[in-house]
Amino acid sequence: MATKSVLAPEDILIEELGYEDHFHEHHEDDKYRSNFFSTYIFSMDHKMIAKQFLVTGIFWAIIGAGMSIIFRLQLGFPEENMAWIKPLLGKWIVVNDAGIGSLAPEFYYALVTMHGTILVFFVLTAGLSGTFSNLLIPLQIGARDMASPMLNMMSYWFFFLAGLIMFLSLFLSTGPFSGGWTAYPPLSALPQASDGSAGGMTMWVVSLAFFVVSVLLGGINYITTVLNMRTKGMTMWRLPLTIWAFFVTAILGLLSFPVLLSGLLLTMCDRGLGTSFYLSEIFIGGQALDHVGGSPILYQHLFWFLGHPEVYIIILPAMGLVSEVMSVHARKPIFGYKAMVYSILAIGFLSFIVWAHHMFMSGVNPFISNFFVIFTLIIAVPSAVKVFNWITTLYGGNIRFTSAMLFSIGFVSMFISGGLTGIFLGNSAIDIQMHDTYFVVAHFHIVMGIAAFFGMFAGIYNWFPKMYGRFMNETLGKIHFWGTLIGSYAIFWPLHYLGMAGVPRRYYRFDSFDTFSHFATLNKFVTIAAIVVFALQILFVINFFYSIYKGKKMTTRNPWKANTLEWTTPIDTGHGNWPGKIPTVHRWAYDYGKDGKDFISQIKPLEEGEVEVH
Amino acid sequence: MGIIIILSLILIGIVVVQIARITELAGKLRGEEEAMMDSNRRNGAYMLLFVVGFLIFCVISAMYYKNWMLGYGPHISASEHGVALDGLFDTTLFFTGIVFVVTQILLFWYSYKYQYKPGRKVLFLAHDTRLEVFWTAIPAAVMCFLVVKGLIVWNEAMADTNDEYIEIEAMGQQFNWLIRYPGTDNRLGERNYKLFTASNPFGQDWTDTKNLDDFHPSEIVLPKGKKVRVRITSKDVLHNFDLPHFRVKMDAIPGLPTYFVFTPTTTTEEYRERLKTTPEYQALSDPDDPGSPMLWEAFNYELACAELCGKGHYSMKRVVKIVEQDEYEAWAALQQEQAWYPNNVKGKDEDPFKEMNAAKEKKMELETRRKNFMESINNAINATEAKDRMFKLDYVKYQTGSALLADESSDELDNLVQALTDFPNLRLELAGHTDNIGNPANNQALSQKRAESVYTYLTGKGIASNRLTAVGYGDTQPIESNDNEEGRRKNRRTEARITSN
Repeated sequence: MATKSVLAPEDILIEELGYEDHFHEHHEDDKYRSNFFSTYIFSMDHKMIAKQFLVTGIFWAIIGAGMSIIFRLQLGFPEENMAWIKPLLGKWIVVNDAGIGSLAPEFYYALVTMHGTILVFFVLTAGLSGTFSNLLIPLQIGARDMASPMLNMMSYWFFFLAGLIMFLSLFLSTGPFSGGWTAYPPLSALPQASDGSAGGMTMWVVSLAFFVVSVLLGGINYITTVLNMRTKGMTMWRLPLTIWAFFVTAILGLLSFPVLLSGLLLTMCDRGLGTSFYLSEIFIGGQALDHVGGSPILYQHLFWFLGHPEVYIIILPAMGLVSEVMSVHARKPIFGYKAMVYSILAIGFLSFIVWAHHMFMSGVNPFISNFFVIFTLIIAVPSAVKVFNWITTLYGGNIRFTSAMLFSIGFVSMFISGGLTGIFLGNSAIDIQMHDTYFVVAHFHIVMGIAAFFGMFAGIYNWFPKMYGRFMNETLGKIHFWGTLIGSYAIFWPLHYLGMAGVPRRYYRFDSFDTFSHFATLNKFVTIAAIVVFALQILFVINFFYSIYKGKKMTTRNPWKANTLEWTTPIDTGHGNWPGKIPTVHRWAYDYGKDGKDFISQIKPLEEGEVEVH
Repeated sequence: MGIIIILSLILIGIVVVQIARITELAGKLRGEEEAMMDSNRRNGAYMLLFVVGFLIFCVISAMYYKNWMLGYGPHISASEHGVALDGLFDTTLFFTGIVFVVTQILLFWYSYKYQYKPGRKVLFLAHDTRLEVFWTAIPAAVMCFLVVKGLIVWNEAMADTNDEYIEIEAMGQQFNWLIRYPGTDNRLGERNYKLFTASNPFGQDWTDTKNLDDFHPSEIVLPKGKKVRVRITSKDVLHNFDLPHFRVKMDAIPGLPTYFVFTPTTTTEEYRERLKTTPEYQALSDPDDPGSPMLWEAFNYELACAELCGKGHYSMKRVVKIVEQDEYEAWAALQQEQAWYPNNVKGKDEDPFKEMNAAKEKKMELETRRKNFMESINNAINATEAKDRMFKLDYVKYQTGSALLADESSDELDNLVQALTDFPNLRLELAGHTDNIGNPANNQALSQKRAESVYTYLTGKGIASNRLTAVGYGDTQPIESNDNEEGRRKNRRTEARITSN
């Protein structure tokens, strides 16, 4: 490779100081990119797998968000004629004699359930962590690829399979599963209790089983890669915060997803084998069931033992991406790097001992709740530290408002707003009133829905050039950002008021109760805001695909003037990432503005007399 | 319709792509650096505009919805523990409100202030231990305060009670709530999920006598100021007993009863008074009917379900009424008359006390007969006119067309034995009579045999034979007309005439 005609300064440095691993003597390029299938479909290249996760995630995001638009129409305009959507939804739109079509209640619940499942698992877990862990872990730690490219490929294809099964379940005559994304038994265990609990539930469980396999294959790979494949000089304390976030995320996934799988397995036993893990003394469909002695609360423990770490599995990668993007575009080191790492570790640890705060009103012993209140509110401390550090990172910087940076700032705003309402809900006494109301809906949509999406958008806008060699359109990106920021608050802020008034979530309509029926205007407003925000996301999707083919071309390999290793690779990054030697690392990732220099790449050795920050 | 939507979507897509291309070209024309500066300045200004607009939006929307805020205006708790809960909410709102405003302002202000300027020297600030300690300690201290305050409120709200309380049961099922009151014994009876039937909606075990006075009203009515313990159960899937006005919420779980103890402090009437001045309640309760009451007049507390339980989850409503003690007692007394067991179960096949009750009634019946019989003997003994010195053996019956005594006759005959023992000087002529159907000679023979059957029974019980004579009169002494069945039935009889005493 040294024979290449024009060498970039990075290449010269890498050639000089890099580590020779004889990678390119094996001619593995042929094996990896010999034909269309091995390049684009069954690729083992982490960069291609990252793109596969991303595009699949975008597909699911459109489906999942589209579902929310349909059920928001029901909530905002319950009297409106929905017959026009019948060609799409078929029998789920019930048209009466007057020709007025309305959404069938069972399908409303199916939409709500699928919206949650799809967004939480397929979009914000696979689409976010799958995309960026795959893309950035090898590139930022200086590795040729993942520890096991094969497992990595299988991780994607299990995810694909999970998605395929879930997608097919949408077309069952009894409808997809409709018992809420948490799938609490007995509702989920008894086909007599709900149509969606028949074939829909079976396919839901099978899909999630494949999904868990995908997460485990990916996770074990990410952990191994981070621990074993860092390049020379890349100590743990020199890792960018993105990698720390992905690393802890993968550990959380590895420890918690199997518990979900076991919980679902027991559900299947209760459904099919006559066991009574979760069922006891049930009389349904005119019949007393034989199941005695089980407890539905056991399922809730198993579910939330995953379910709570899961929200951190979603938000930690977003935090990592935002930390990195914010530092790069503020041209300043991230403030309190070690505090950021420790808070990621603290959040990761605490996330395993707060799960029962989802169950304060589930009939668990109220005494037990005391511990979960304490740990839940403690988790606010590392979260607060992160927020203060991000804000301080902006202080004294020289901020370039790229779309990526805008979404990072938006992320912090959302994380503050949604995080603070968590302090209300984490306190069990307030949760008596707020549990399962729209206050909860507002809280988690802002803190782990919108915030995680903002982190993901920041990541996409920032690393799009690395993925496709072109830039996304910045004007559209900014319209996308401002519209989404304002629109998201317009959707979710008013929902807090519904929650305070005690309006329960998962209601098909509100008019049978006097207490809940005073908010027709608010619900219309929220629905309209949701439609506008959805349209803006379509704008993003158009920008995304347009830019892949027609976007502004990347002319320099480090357009954001960033320090991390991925920007030392050639614009068209081939398999193995670096054409010659692997770069070695001599400093942390955040030397921005140090000693009057705009930025100092990690591959640059310390100058004489220079003091290393960490 | 569909085509128009698709076409307009495509059109929007094309417009968007054009915007993208034009801005890119414009950027190239004006120079990248200048275009970037321009955009940066604009976005910096938007930062300021946004945070100002956002905070104003927060304040205005909060003002607009103030009457729905927890613990404010009309929306203050109608239960005792709820007041502390609302207070905790306000305390949390105070702290988080400060943090919210300060951090949002700093975030967007710094973004604006430190926007890109060519040649600006950035502050190389990597860490500051004092700052880190400071902003770890402050939230930690606030959290400790909120935890302690929160747990005090929580443990008080969730404590079970040993005081005097009213216990009621709410059972969730797809898709309504059933309510059960304990009745006069103040205790709810046992249930078994295998006993659910149409006539036993709670699956009550009727062998548990605590169940017999339980009643099932269609709404919850409770007295103000009395502690209530709700036993919360489910028949099929998870439900959640949600009383938003009382800050009460608890899952209903099949096979695992839960409870919630609370004390209502505001009657429905008092709450309506509170809403009288609330703008949101100044409309007709039925907009189409000008004669309907105002919303505040029609207000009622409501019970809802707050745990997804299937397609009818949104419709599980019950009205809740809080009234003064005397009104409650009157209501309970009225409901007591509608108690489930006496009105719907008693005497039916599923009533376990059916046979026991029947035996009890039979015994009482026999006792009444005995009393009446003894009285008629006394009357006959004390009578002065000869025709009255006799009494009828109404319940002595024979097998059809035969002189054999029917089994049931022994009750009356045993009473007669008792009377003959009580009055040792009493001597009787046992007289058999028939109706006029058939041959008179045969009738006479049958009546004679029947009288003798009685004679045999009595002597068999140890009555001296010289005290008794048996005479058959056949159809010669009718007491009623033999032209109808009713008369003939009365003429077929056995009598006892007192011959001496």
